[in-house]
Amino acid sequence: MRRASVGLKMIMAASGGLLVAFLFVHMLGNLKIFVGAEAFDHYAHWLRTIGNPVLPNEWYLWIQRAVLTVAVVAHIWSAAVLTIRARKARPVRYAHRPKVRGSYAARTMRWGGVIVLLFIIWHILDLTTRTVNPVSDTTQAYAAVTQDFAPSRWWVTAFYVLAMVLIGFHLRHGLWSALQTLGVSNARRQRALKAAALVVSVVISGGFLIVPLGVTFGLVG
Amino acid sequence: MKLKLRIWRQNGPQDAGSMVPYDLDDVSPDMSFLEMLDVLNERLTLDGQEPVAFDHDCREGICGMCSLVINGTPHGPQKATTTCQLHMRHFSDGETIDIEPWRARAFPVVKDLVVDRGAFDRIIQAGGYISAPTGSAPDAHAVPVPKPDADEAFEAATCIGCGACVAACPNGSGMLFTAAKITHLGLMPQGQPERDSRVLGMVHQHDEEGFGGCTNTGECTAVCPKGIPLAAISRLNADFRHALKASS
Repeated sequence: MRRASVGLKMIMAASGGLLVAFLFVHMLGNLKIFVGAEAFDHYAHWLRTIGNPVLPNEWYLWIQRAVLTVAVVAHIWSAAVLTIRARKARPVRYAHRPKVRGSYAARTMRWGGVIVLLFIIWHILDLTTRTVNPVSDTTQAYAAVTQDFAPSRWWVTAFYVLAMVLIGFHLRHGLWSALQTLGVSNARRQRALKAAALVVSVVISGGFLIVPLGVTFGLVG
Repeated sequence: MKLKLRIWRQNGPQDAGSMVPYDLDDVSPDMSFLEMLDVLNERLTLDGQEPVAFDHDCREGICGMCSLVINGTPHGPQKATTTCQLHMRHFSDGETIDIEPWRARAFPVVKDLVVDRGAFDRIIQAGGYISAPTGSAPDAHAVPVPKPDADEAFEAATCIGCGACVAACPNGSGMLFTAAKITHLGLMPQGQPERDSRVLGMVHQHDEEGFGGCTNTGECTAVCPKGIPLAAISRLNADFRHALKASS
C-alpha cells in the first residue's frame, strides 16, 4: 500500500521537530564563545564526557549523531517522496500562472532544504572533522572558530550567514507547518502559532549568526 | 468592452491541446463571465466553428460545477466568488484574459475547459457520509449540537466541491476539500461512530487518486469561493493521528 500523504508529513514534522530542538541547544552552546577561550574549549571537552562514567568518552555524542542522522534521513526521505508525488499530481502546467502567493519561506522549502543539506555537509567538514578548517587539532575548538571566521576568510562567514538566513526561513514555515500537520493548530491558535514560529526561527538563526559575525567583526578573539 | 481571449482548446482526453486566441467585441460589463463565454460560443456556432466546452449549471454560485482558471487564478480575480458570479466589470476594456481548465492528474481534461472531477466523488464514497437507518425522519432537535460546533460544521459544509483548491495548490493536493468534509461530519454527533474509518478511508482514496500532499502554503483557502479555512486541514490531521492511534 502507498504510504498515506498525511503519515509521511507526520514523519517530516516529527523529525523536523527533533532537529529544531537540537539546533536550539547547539545555538545556546555556541554562545559560550562570548565567555572566553577557556570556557568554550571546556564546554567542547565536556560534550565528549556526557554520560561519564556510565558511558565511555564520546559515546553520548555518537548516540546523538546516530539519532540526528536518522532524523535527517527520515526528513529528506519523506520530503522527497511527497515532492515526487506533487510533481506527478500536475503533469500539465498552467500557461498563465502567477507566483505562489504564500510566503517566501513556504515557496523555498524544497530548494532551501537542499541548500541547508549542502551547508550541513560543509559545516561537518569544517568544524567537526576540520578537513577544511585552518585548525586541525580537534581539542582546539575556540581557535578553530576564531580562525575559521577571520576577516581574511570573509567568504566562509558569508556562506554561513546565507545558510543561517535560509535555515531561518525554512524553520519559519516548517515549524508552523509541523504544528498544522500534527493537528495542534486551529482557527483560534493559528495567528499565535505563526507568530511563535517566527520568534523561534529568528532566535535560532540570530543566535547562530552572531558567532561568525562576532568573530569577523572583531567582537570575539 | 473589447477583450482578447486566449482559451485552452483540446478536442478530447487524448488530444494535445493548445491556447487559442479569440477577439470578442461588444461585451457588456454587466455580463457574468459565463455569459461572456456564451456570447463567444454563439458567434463560433454561427461561424460554423466548434463552441468552447465549459462546465456550468446553477449559475448562482452554489452547485460547484463551474470552474475555469482565469489569468492563473481559479474562479478569477474576485475573492470568495465562483466563475458564474464573476462579472465582466472586474476586467478592463482591451484586456487579455487567459482561460485554462483545472490542472491536475486527478482531474483529466474531457474537452476544452471541462475536466472530470469524479475523483472527488470517490473520496466521498470512501467515507464522506454518515450511515443512518432508514425509516421516519428523527426530530430535528432530538440530538443537541453545541452552537460553536454547529457554526464550524456549517462553515465547512458550505464547500461545493468545485475543485478550485486543487487547481490552485502548487502540489495539486485535494486536502482542503477532504478536510472540509472531515470537519463538517466530525463536529456532528451523527458523525462520531465512523469518524476514524472516515478519515483513514478518505485520505487513502485522496492519495490513490493521484492528488499531491499538503504543504500548508494556503493557496487553496485564498481561492476557495466558500472561504473554507486552512484550519480544516489541521483538524483532518488531528483526526488522522487519532485514528492511527486507535487502529494500532
